[in-house]
Amino acid sequence: MMDNALTIEHARKDRGKTTVLDDVSLRVAPGERVALLGHNGAGKSTLIKTILGLTPLTDGQIRVGDAKPGSAVARRTTAYLPEAVSFHPALTGREQLRLFARLDGQKADVTGLLDRVGLGDAMDRRIGAYSKGMRQRLGLAQVLLGSPKVALLDEPTSGLDPISRQDLYAIIDELAANGTAVLIASHALTEVEAQTDRIAILRKGVKVADDTLQNLSAQAGLPTKLRIRASGDHADQVAEATGGTRINGVAVEILCAPDRKMEALRRVAAMGDVITDIEMTPPRLEDLYRHYAKEGAQ
Amino acid sequence: MTRFLSIASTEMLILRRNRWLLMATIIMLLFALALTFAGSAPTGSVGVDMLTVSVTSMTTLSVYLAPLLALMISFDAIAGEAERGSLSLLLSYPAGRGEILLGKFAAHLAALAFAMTVGFGAAGAIAAWFGGAGAESLLALARLIGTSILLGAVFLALGYLVSALSRSATGAAGLSAGLWLVFVVLYDLGLLGAVVMDGSGEFTRSVFPWLMVANPADAFRVWNISASDGVAMASGMVGAAQALPAWAAPMSLILWPLLAFALARAAFKRVEP
Repeated sequence: MMDNALTIEHARKDRGKTTVLDDVSLRVAPGERVALLGHNGAGKSTLIKTILGLTPLTDGQIRVGDAKPGSAVARRTTAYLPEAVSFHPALTGREQLRLFARLDGQKADVTGLLDRVGLGDAMDRRIGAYSKGMRQRLGLAQVLLGSPKVALLDEPTSGLDPISRQDLYAIIDELAANGTAVLIASHALTEVEAQTDRIAILRKGVKVADDTLQNLSAQAGLPTKLRIRASGDHADQVAEATGGTRINGVAVEILCAPDRKMEALRRVAAMGDVITDIEMTPPRLEDLYRHYAKEGAQ
Repeated sequence: MTRFLSIASTEMLILRRNRWLLMATIIMLLFALALTFAGSAPTGSVGVDMLTVSVTSMTTLSVYLAPLLALMISFDAIAGEAERGSLSLLLSYPAGRGEILLGKFAAHLAALAFAMTVGFGAAGAIAAWFGGAGAESLLALARLIGTSILLGAVFLALGYLVSALSRSATGAAGLSAGLWLVFVVLYDLGLLGAVVMDGSGEFTRSVFPWLMVANPADAFRVWNISASDGVAMASGMVGAAQALPAWAAPMSLILWPLLAFALARAAFKRVEP
């Protein structure tokens, strides 16, 4: 337990009569990148605010390293990027980041950080003239201040164009490589797929999944899709032999459970020249997410 | 301490950058000059120097203007940050909430003090130049500037209070307008009504003066008027002030900023961004 940068145990949060978080436990190790997925209102932002100590828990406990949320130590070691953050329009990016650096209480290379997030040319312009993406980059720059132990990013990709997203994930990887535990709350499923070590899914305040993508797909038992192209007019024959469905003149589609995948592949490979191509699509995060976030999942 | 200073200097930068400081100073200067020149007519008949008359007029002005300017800066202080989404970020930093509020307060009060000093000071200098000034009238001017800053401090803190209590900047602006109306206009009207109803009974003689200085705006007025015979003569408002011990109005005006700031601090503590 001492090894975790962030430990959440049986966290519960009631707001009036509704339970926003219900018995949520989650651990993030140093250098680990965990995606926190869920619909709007699933409790992602609330969970982040309880980690920051901005909202008290009804029950359970949270530890940032060894410190309590909201304590001086926890606040110094935690970095946070709020969803769709904005800053005072009259300040320049440099002035705003300098304020954060001073509040953080550590010497920081403000100019270097702004360069790092791609605001090098805009740092002396007023934030009022920034685009949404530029404000998001400024928000990201303050995350990098003072090499945090835990970074909490709430919808970090909202408002970013595809290239900026790549930059963002490069920065997240860098943070993780330096030992920061990164928790990313997101809807942007496909990107999180490639960029995180583990995925936790919240549904109505309950954690319904928490594992690596591979293990989650194995548990869910979602079928892998094999699309086979047959040569000439052998498609019918292939479909019959493999138990798949013909989807056009030359291609056959087979859906097979994770444990039957190799068997199906072997059978197809044994058919020799008749097969010209195999395309394999494992279940995507979206399918998995739908599986876990829907009613009736475990 | 560094955190307090960096919040304060950033707030000051914002006030300079969005021209608030310039506008407030110009407003103060224009009003003070206008009143000084317009009010210079009755000098001879009352028998006091021009600066005294000028201070009297500016006292009346400051009762309205100091609370208004203070509320205009402060209503946005917490609600505005909450609306931008930057409040949760600010609070995730190691600075304490008291430190943040105090930093903003220091910067806002400094800006207010600057505007007051320049505005009243310039008008006072002109009045003294044209119409003469004595040691007493100079003291009255200094008192006016000092008490105006105190009155501003009260309404800065009250502005933070409504800013912490309301969910949006627009809501906070509305509440501030209401606050101004109650303290500066309605409270006096209510008291006046009560005095008229009571005639010169027990209420008018013993309760009314205390109720009056309980309001910081009135305490400001009473302090300035009762402390200077000349100002009291020029304003013709002596009666109520004489019914009170001399410390009543100063104590009210010194306690109010502390009380209002404590209330604002307590309300800010309960804000969950």
